[in-house]
Amino acid sequence: MDLKNYPQGRLQKAPENFLDRSAIATVVQEARSGRRNFMRSAFAAAAAGAVAPMAMAQSTAPNDGDPSILKLPEHSTGLGKAVATDGYGKPSKYEANVQRRTSPGLTQTTQASVSFAPLQSLFGIVTPAGLHFERHHQGWWDIDPSKHRLMINGMVKAPRVFTMDELMRLPSVSRFAFIECGANTGMEWGNVAVPTCQYSHGMISCSEFTGVPLITLLELAGADLKQGKFVLAEGADGSSMTRTIPMSLIRSGEVMVAYGQNGEMLRPENGYPLRLVVPGVQGVSWVKYLRRLEVGDQPYGTKDEVLHYVDLMPDGTHRQYTSIQECKSVVTTPSGGQVLLDKGFYNITGLAWSGRGKVKRVDVSVDGGRNWRSARLEGPVMSKCLTRFNLDWVWDGKPTVIQSRAMDETGYVQPTYRQLRAVRGSRSIYHNNAVQSWLVQESGEVKNVQTS
Amino acid sequence: MYRLREMLIAVAVSAASVMSAHAQSANRFPGIGRTATPAEVAAWDIDVRPDFKGLPKGSGSVAKGQAVWESKCASCHGVFGESNEVFSPLIGGTSEADIKSGRVANLLRSDYPGRTTLMKLSSLSTLWDYINRAMPWNQPKSLSTEEVYAVTAFMLNLGGIVPDDFVLSDKNMADVQKRLPNRNGVSTAHALWPGTELPGTTTKPDVVGTACMSNCPVEPKLASMLPDFARNAHGNLAAQNRMVGAQRGADTSRATGAVAAATPVQAAAPASPAKAPAPAEAAAAPNDLLQKNTCTACHAPDSKLIGPSWKDIAAKHSGKSEYLAGKIKNGGAGVWGNIPMPPQALTTDEAKKIADWLAAGAGR
Repeated sequence: MDLKNYPQGRLQKAPENFLDRSAIATVVQEARSGRRNFMRSAFAAAAAGAVAPMAMAQSTAPNDGDPSILKLPEHSTGLGKAVATDGYGKPSKYEANVQRRTSPGLTQTTQASVSFAPLQSLFGIVTPAGLHFERHHQGWWDIDPSKHRLMINGMVKAPRVFTMDELMRLPSVSRFAFIECGANTGMEWGNVAVPTCQYSHGMISCSEFTGVPLITLLELAGADLKQGKFVLAEGADGSSMTRTIPMSLIRSGEVMVAYGQNGEMLRPENGYPLRLVVPGVQGVSWVKYLRRLEVGDQPYGTKDEVLHYVDLMPDGTHRQYTSIQECKSVVTTPSGGQVLLDKGFYNITGLAWSGRGKVKRVDVSVDGGRNWRSARLEGPVMSKCLTRFNLDWVWDGKPTVIQSRAMDETGYVQPTYRQLRAVRGSRSIYHNNAVQSWLVQESGEVKNVQTS
Repeated sequence: MYRLREMLIAVAVSAASVMSAHAQSANRFPGIGRTATPAEVAAWDIDVRPDFKGLPKGSGSVAKGQAVWESKCASCHGVFGESNEVFSPLIGGTSEADIKSGRVANLLRSDYPGRTTLMKLSSLSTLWDYINRAMPWNQPKSLSTEEVYAVTAFMLNLGGIVPDDFVLSDKNMADVQKRLPNRNGVSTAHALWPGTELPGTTTKPDVVGTACMSNCPVEPKLASMLPDFARNAHGNLAAQNRMVGAQRGADTSRATGAVAAATPVQAAAPASPAKAPAPAEAAAAPNDLLQKNTCTACHAPDSKLIGPSWKDIAAKHSGKSEYLAGKIKNGGAGVWGNIPMPPQALTTDEAKKIADWLAAGAGR
């Protein structure tokens, strides 16, 4: 997500997108004065207006039993559809609610914009390609792969050109990695601004990528790996997006020139036919429609390193080249905008990740952060990849706040909002990895809240 | 002596292994790739670095820049680069004192309403490079080198960094760099760079949480949540959650606490704005034409972007195909607001096709 679409300084007032001026004043005033015990009054209000939620799809068992069992449905008594009815199959029609979505008012154009992945409806760690979050700076294209070229120039023996055919002939590697926009959760730096985890955390996705390690291509081009400390990656689309990649990371072998994603080619919205994969680093560096790599001895100071994707600190300086996505987690169910069907057992589930390596532990609190239990991590736990966590929970029907806190293999612990803001203030826009809080109300409705 | 010889051999061997990475790789992958021609490299290698490596020779005046600006930039960025309508403002928020100090004082103010491009710009090459590669937004890479210098000069002039009669060129870019208001306002002293190449970077994170497990200190209150009247601002959340599983989406079209229990969830709206049923007789949208001519940069089916939606145009000018074709070809301003629509370079036939479609109801 790009700074220009978060009109700067309006960040504090992100709810402006849907609140009028006097409404903002009311909210701010309520938060600052009067309602010292906001939590209790929120609970009280919820309790007053609440009706215990009814299970919506539960089987009702009248005299003889459940009609869903007793009355044989059409699919048990008729002939189904033929093979290959749909040559590239689609999700069930009952899954139509699961869509990537835009946040109203966030951007003024639809080409320099973003759509959010529906984390609240996803399982495991793989993001279906059609639900992958999108961030385009100048619109997306479906590029003819037979006409796509990759050039490597700069500090190389001789500048080199590759066709897609040639790149796909080289030895390939397949690796899982998450991609997160640097501005994921950026709207929440100052205060709660969006209702669901789709909008608060949905600029993250995770896929298995297939391609060629960039170091292989640089060696093939005879790159000066010693003096050439930086590589510029450039896209073929209108904005010809550029970002600087450190050679030390490329030499590690992690950086990949990818054409495959989850077993198929990249989707056009994700850079078909070629994109850079930079595990652990924010999405803007994963240049789509990759057309050129230039080896140089200095960083490139591109638009998205100088004007956007810079983090404003409380002392008025901008941090440039902030790239790593630090350890972070979010509970995806139950999460904001959902309604629990009834009291009783639930599987709390969520996602954790770290741009510095593997997730080591995820702790979950169901009492607003006072006590924590370590969640089960679903394996295999992979470096710089989403990790799914689960925890048993019996809801007693009382209001509570659910939080998750991840730790990575370097020992880094995901901070609270108080800890994060104490160092970085609330105007950074990028790299908000604070602990997320979900308020479960007595009605079963879950709300996005911040506790500091 | 013996040790020295051993060391020399070791150095020679390691040098050989470094040198041969290319040769080894070329031997391993015969037939993959070819040498790029000088013309090919020139066509694509357009980047300009902060030390101005890559900057083409040339120049452009503030006056020329103003002319280019008004015809190609102002419709999105405003006449003075101040517009917040489409993109965030480019110009404003910097002072003569900032030019002297290289630090923008307004960046310290939490109440200052926004950060403009000039408030953040620390390297002049960045501005030149981005205008050259990506502007105008709907016709990137169409500006001449002179126009890029000129537009850059005009923007600097709007910010009071260069005088009205200034001519920016490859010769004086480095001098102007020394006047950028935020040239000293940036830092790489942090732990978020995934390498070892930048000055000041560290591997020690600036913020770390605490892994307390029991009886931990907690915040005394909820400090922030969405107010009730904003609850439906992102659309009905009931339609944004799966219809089976441990929970449903809250029916935000109703007051808080209400549950969507009784009513089945409506069929989902897709990510794009809700589709209004088009009149049955309306022809399908000429999407190829709309994209090819970058109409979609400013217009969307159901919602106002920079210009009015297709739906609104169709409603207001139903049946007036000829009028619409003229507006498409010649542009206009004032009918829908202040932002002008520039004249469009499409054929009469294309304009007519789009106008016919709009006049007939702008169907899908």
